[in-house]
Amino acid sequence: MEELQMLDAVERYIRGQMNSQEKEYFEQLRKSNPEVDQLVVAHTMFLNQLNKYGEQKNFKAVLNEVHHDLVEAGEIKEKAPQAKVFDLFRRNKKVWAVAACIAGVTALAIAGMVSYYTQKTNTLVLENLSRQIKQDMAKTKREVRNELNDTKKAIPKIPETAVPISGGTGFLIDVKGFIVTNAHVVNDATNVVVQNNKQQEYRAKTVYINPVTDIAILKIVDEDFKSFPSLPYGIKKTGADLGEQLFTLGYPRDEIVYNEGYMSAKTGYKGDTMYCQIGISANPGNSGGPVFNKNGEVIGMINTRQLQAEGVVFAVTAKNIFRSLEDARKDTAFGNVKLNSNSSIKNLDRTQQVKKIEDCVFMVKSY
Amino acid sequence: MKSELNENALLEGLAQNDRLAIETLYRQHYKMVQALIINNQGTIDDARDIFQETMIVLYEKAKSGNFELNCQIKTYVYSVSRRLWLKRLQQLQKYVPNVNGMDEIVPVEEEVELAEQRNADFQLMEKAMMNLGEPCKSLLEAFYVQKKSMTEIAGNFGYTNADNAKNQKYKCLMRLKKIFFAQYKNESA
Repeated sequence: MEELQMLDAVERYIRGQMNSQEKEYFEQLRKSNPEVDQLVVAHTMFLNQLNKYGEQKNFKAVLNEVHHDLVEAGEIKEKAPQAKVFDLFRRNKKVWAVAACIAGVTALAIAGMVSYYTQKTNTLVLENLSRQIKQDMAKTKREVRNELNDTKKAIPKIPETAVPISGGTGFLIDVKGFIVTNAHVVNDATNVVVQNNKQQEYRAKTVYINPVTDIAILKIVDEDFKSFPSLPYGIKKTGADLGEQLFTLGYPRDEIVYNEGYMSAKTGYKGDTMYCQIGISANPGNSGGPVFNKNGEVIGMINTRQLQAEGVVFAVTAKNIFRSLEDARKDTAFGNVKLNSNSSIKNLDRTQQVKKIEDCVFMVKSY
Repeated sequence: MKSELNENALLEGLAQNDRLAIETLYRQHYKMVQALIINNQGTIDDARDIFQETMIVLYEKAKSGNFELNCQIKTYVYSVSRRLWLKRLQQLQKYVPNVNGMDEIVPVEEEVELAEQRNADFQLMEKAMMNLGEPCKSLLEAFYVQKKSMTEIAGNFGYTNADNAKNQKYKCLMRLKKIFFAQYKNESA
């Protein structure tokens, strides 16, 4: 209660509602009691604030009222009177409509085209690296005839009219003419012809094919073929380490092509352990190409590349080649084929190695 | 010279809270401010806000008595609104390289800063009032904002007599003070 009376007194003092006697007494009190003085100061400030608050609130109320009235009376329009964009829009409504229609149609057309074309490529993530040999039929014939006329040496191993359907690379695994390549290279073939880097062609036949591991073994069945005294390279069962320098030879064109790269990952696409990933540039035609480490040992065989990614190539591991050979031994008569595990070109420099190897790498053409 | 006289009369009216003066000013200048705000990324509500804030600045100035307007009210209103809107945009972190419109502006930094202070104070008190709750809020507003007499308030709020209402009012006032000063310290700390 005392507090309330005090507050009343303070407020009356501030508002000047005290009579002179009371005021004198209160001022005395204020001087003697610093607490009272403090209360007066604080309350003055507070009342001041409250007053301002009241004034502003009142004024705002009036403003809102005025605003409302003026809007009602139509003196103020609650929309942009000079907004140029809206003005332009209103003036050119028809043009906008036509433009919008055209834009819509174009957008639809483009979207349609994009989805139409992307569908195709999306489904094909990996690309087999066999080559479509696009040779004009007439041209082949002419060349063959020319060759016949010019030199009697080259006897065509294929019918004159045949056109190769696909091409890849293969390499010898045995001196007697056993060649390893990818199954997808010779899959649809009725006839297979291999061609070495000196453009000599030999007839071959498929003796083993496994589309799951993508490995095929061919045997050269041609009287012209002379078996090699020995193979310069061996096949390494244990694979390669990450970062190891690798190189490959293949026939992305009619000429043998050398390429260098490195071991990127020990598994293939989506963690497939039958394959390994190699950072190398490979093109259609490189399929079936041997992958060598720096000692000239075969550690794998190129088979696919990832389409969306640059330089991502997958290779069948050498271990799988071994396994396929064991498979093949079971039912066919090439029990005497033995994989060479030593490489005789270990300490040669790269150009010497390639010189020795290139004789054993063939272009495989399917007809 | 006639327009100048008119403008002074308008300001005087504004200071005395004269409804007609406010309405006249509103009618004369609102459209200009609205165009300014809307052409610079604002909405109708923003325009109304900014214009009313400007009007409060003008009102406070007019009331202070020592306001000497050395340009047209129009220019002054435009300058204040522009400054206020730029500040608002800055707070919203929208970048405006150049608020376009009239080129003629007068310096109003001081006023805008004062307005900001006033706004902060107002919000502080408003918040305190909100926290106070009913019926204290209505009671205090009736006395301090609407300036009603204690007897009238006693009648409206159903107190038996003015003294009762007065006691109640002081109780409420003490609570409000407590809330207000607690916030005030928080704000200044």
